[in-house]
Amino acid sequence: MTASVIARLSEDVPHRTIILLGIVLAALLIAPWVVNDYLLTVLIVALYSAYTGQAWNIMMGFAGQLSLGNALYAGVGAYVAAFLFTKFGIGPWIGFLACAPAAAACGAIIGFLAFRFGVAGVYFAILTIAFAEFARIGFDHLAIVNASAGLFLPVQQYAHNDLWRLRGNPMMFYYVILVATVLAFILCRLLLRSRIGYFWLAIREDEQAARAAGIDTFRYKMYAVMISAAVTSFAGVFYAFFYNNLFPEQVFNIGRSIEMVLGPVIGGVGTLFGPILGAFVLNGLAETLNSAMSAAGLDLPGAKEVFYGLCLLLVILALPEGVWPPLARRLGIDKGMR
Amino acid sequence: MSFDVYLNVAVAGILTGLVYGLMALGLSVIFGVIRIVNFAHGEMMSIAMYIAVVLFTAFHLDPLIMLVPVAAVMFVFGYVLQAGLINPFITRPEHTQFLLLVALAIIIANTLLILFGPDARTVQTAYAYDSFQLGPVLIDASKAYAGIAAIAFAVALFAFLRFSLLGKAIRACADNYTGALVVGLNVNRLYALSFALGAACVGAAGSMMTLIVDVTPSIGPVYTLLAFVIVITGGLGSMAGALVGGILIGLTEAMAGLLFTPSAKSMFAFAILVLVLLFRPQGILGRRAS
Amino acid sequence: MTALLSLERVSKRFRGLVAVDGVSFAVPEGAIFAVIGPNGAGKTTLFNMIAGAMAPDAGTIAFAGEPIAGLTPDAVCRRGIARTFQLVRPFPALSVEDNVIVGALLHRRDVGAARERARELLRRFDLFDRRHRPASALTLPDRKRLEVVRALATEPKLLLLDEVVAGLRPTEVDRMVAVLRALNRETGLTILLIEHVMRAVMALAARVLVLDHGTAIAEGTPEAVVRDPAVVQSYLGAEAV
Repeated sequence: MTASVIARLSEDVPHRTIILLGIVLAALLIAPWVVNDYLLTVLIVALYSAYTGQAWNIMMGFAGQLSLGNALYAGVGAYVAAFLFTKFGIGPWIGFLACAPAAAACGAIIGFLAFRFGVAGVYFAILTIAFAEFARIGFDHLAIVNASAGLFLPVQQYAHNDLWRLRGNPMMFYYVILVATVLAFILCRLLLRSRIGYFWLAIREDEQAARAAGIDTFRYKMYAVMISAAVTSFAGVFYAFFYNNLFPEQVFNIGRSIEMVLGPVIGGVGTLFGPILGAFVLNGLAETLNSAMSAAGLDLPGAKEVFYGLCLLLVILALPEGVWPPLARRLGIDKGMR
Repeated sequence: MSFDVYLNVAVAGILTGLVYGLMALGLSVIFGVIRIVNFAHGEMMSIAMYIAVVLFTAFHLDPLIMLVPVAAVMFVFGYVLQAGLINPFITRPEHTQFLLLVALAIIIANTLLILFGPDARTVQTAYAYDSFQLGPVLIDASKAYAGIAAIAFAVALFAFLRFSLLGKAIRACADNYTGALVVGLNVNRLYALSFALGAACVGAAGSMMTLIVDVTPSIGPVYTLLAFVIVITGGLGSMAGALVGGILIGLTEAMAGLLFTPSAKSMFAFAILVLVLLFRPQGILGRRAS
Repeated sequence: MTALLSLERVSKRFRGLVAVDGVSFAVPEGAIFAVIGPNGAGKTTLFNMIAGAMAPDAGTIAFAGEPIAGLTPDAVCRRGIARTFQLVRPFPALSVEDNVIVGALLHRRDVGAARERARELLRRFDLFDRRHRPASALTLPDRKRLEVVRALATEPKLLLLDEVVAGLRPTEVDRMVAVLRALNRETGLTILLIEHVMRAVMALAARVLVLDHGTAIAEGTPEAVVRDPAVVQSYLGAEAV
């Protein structure tokens, strides 16, 4: 079983790619031992957006369904896990078993309504935003989770890390989100190279032609939105336990959804590495701007964001497919990686 | 509560809805012609609102009178934006266009933050607390002026698109891009003009919005969403639809604020959007695409 | 021979305009059957009704003895009817091979097995050496062949070809005709084609149905049909008679 999965994972992958992947993974494993606390937090945030970007990529990059409301699934995951933990003392891993189906159900409702009624493209994107906004305002008035006053997880000094209950220091959280990102990557690759992946790509490329080839496009689009939602929901669980506080205004904010989209679009939509690379490029950029601005004494609120926006503009003007595809060609590792 | 209260709130909602409608009309013109979804729409409106606020605080120029100059400034802004930046993106995939406009929205919102700070700005006109008595209904003067001005502006735009040669050319572009190219229309220029017209609508609406709400640098996304909701509800590509959608959403928000709680009002707007998308995807006044 | 596909008084109206008016015909198993007619005769509408892209207003369509009218296009394909599009639409960003694998996966779970089958078909249609190129990089004749290969990969019992040689040069037409004939002869695949190019129809079809203004005006062997006065009139106008 394990051997066959490994064989499938390394199928068609050139040695160069495997070596490069090994180096990157080794660097990520060592990182927390050599960086300071601040940089460790930056790395956690970058991995978090690499993770959510990959989940978004399943829907848009693979199946061609533009979702701009993925904050909904993270938010549902965060709230369900935090609620179970604070009210019943149920840990995050068991909680995730409830979060994933809950988020998948939300995805299924949106997907069912949209795909049955032919809501597609930009309309679909706006429908996803509408549902996320609906949830934001709804949770703002939901007394059982403290409404707009926010839901808080108990915080205390922990003598040692409790992985089972996700209580501990940043280094533990770093490894948790690193493992999650790697698992998401493996999942994406396996999906993309399986029957479902071929069908998704066909739907993304030309839905009518896909139907003519016998693909039940409704069913496979539903799989895409549900899998994407379930994967995203774990990010919410992580968010809840890492930050220890949840406000609907923040968790379901459209800004969260946009952040999940930026990484893959900058990195390369539909590619396996794009979302991860994009997440590191964007977070690296933001941090560089941060330190450059404070070094220059320009601590003006908003100045960093203006530069950030300008950099985004430059990237899409210069690299329409994203950063990864041209980089992969330059490195000579663009073969077999889909 | 008496029936009069409902009536008063309904009228206020409808008048606010007309201003919403004019803002959404801008989005509708841009999408209808260029097929670009302007995710920076709300940010463009906040530019217009700040211009109106500055003109009022510095020179005591009334936002209602400044409506046309503000619209003109936004017209130029829109023209330059489309011709200089957005035009190369019209054939790119939707997610790339989305990113472009999100980047633009980030730049606009934060430039406004640098220039004006995070605090809410407002306009205090002499007639801010005036009202008209019309039978049992008490109409807020600011809202009444704004609503009337919104209708006037929309009618002017409608007449331009309907009767002028340029307007006809723009509509031809919207109906059939290839056809417009074949008969020798300068499509790029017409696209820039369309974006400019959309921006002018936002400019006029923004100027009037200062009479109704405060402005902060971060209000953009809320109004972008509101514009989407209105345009889809009313029917994309239908000019009258944007106004009808605006009235409907304005009315819904006002009634929801009265019957439930004001903070939950946009939930009802989204609920209407979902219902419309599901049962009448072409919108209330839209034509179904073949 | 039993009929694999049979249409009984099938009609379709668009806002009062009758596109197809009570058309009946039967395609025997293993046959190559052509539907011809001038522009606007209702050929594509007829084709779309068989393929599930639209439902008929009246009449029945039966495939292998079962009614299929009103099924969705994917359900029709799963029953064993594969189609091509008049304006070809391969999946542009996918490689030639992946395009065919998508079709081959319809009745196979395993991607490896689907790839085998795809390569077999690509060899047969002379596309094997281009299998790693993106479909968007192919020439029009190659894209037309790719479209046929993708349809065949779904293992159909009936292949619907919508103007599959239109726009090809005469040598390319002959090549396509030869491959389709060989396929029909060797595998017993039933083919229904809509065609403008009479050269292809004459070379391929055993039977021809002629549509004009939505009604069937003649049916028979290609030789008989082209001599039919009604057919000549509909194609060339009354003066030619």
